[in-house]
Amino acid sequence: MTRKNMIVLLMCIELMLNAVNLMLVTFSTYYNNGDAQIFVFFTMVVAAAEATVGLSIIIMAYRNLKSIDIDMFNKLKN
Amino acid sequence: MSLQIISIILGSLTLAAALMVVLSKHPVRSVIYLVITFFLITSMYIMMNAQFLAIVNMIVYAGAIMVLFLYVLMLLNLNKDIEPLASKSAQLAAFIAGGSLFLVLITALKDTLVLGQSFRENNSVIGNVKELGNLLFSKYVVAFELTSILFIAAMVGAILLAKRENQIIE
Repeated sequence: MTRKNMIVLLMCIELMLNAVNLMLVTFSTYYNNGDAQIFVFFTMVVAAAEATVGLSIIIMAYRNLKSIDIDMFNKLKN
Repeated sequence: MSLQIISIILGSLTLAAALMVVLSKHPVRSVIYLVITFFLITSMYIMMNAQFLAIVNMIVYAGAIMVLFLYVLMLLNLNKDIEPLASKSAQLAAFIAGGSLFLVLITALKDTLVLGQSFRENNSVIGNVKELGNLLFSKYVVAFELTSILFIAAMVGAILLAKRENQIIE
């Protein structure tokens, strides 16, 4: 079973970013060093920007193609 | 040790919620499970005494980004949630790739589990707002200012992408 919905794909990217964030915070606690937590903060900033731009791209795609299936985006393939 | 029991319960709950994000059929259910996952990750941050990141995770992720996702789902109003199955070869390739990644992770983590006591009762202050603020505005001030440029670019890009073709914004 695969996911074809673009919004679910974006949500899975957010999930992976959160996994990396959790690992960085764990290492930061383990080594008693604050730099990794600043890095996690910047990751959250970039994830917020990425979610906004990605969702607006999805809205634009829905307007043009009337679908948010990821398989519709193969115009550049040939 | 009660902290370890709590951490095991939280970890398994987080894994279950994250699996439900991927496995549930309807996108709205995925969003709700993702919010639950973010709350559980926030509780893990609190257990590791990263107070600032816990608050930011709660406000930014579970508050702002998830509302944005739900809003777009409502805007698009997708009724059909029929998803065709992948082909046999794609399923086999995904199974082999995931299985080998799992094996690599297990072998890499096998030796490190001896150290694993990350949920100790620590009284470290590095996760506090004061310490992180000092670090953010002294060592990383250039990167902090650059993120504001990134946000302006993202905002302008989102507005330009989402407006209609010949719509004039006054």
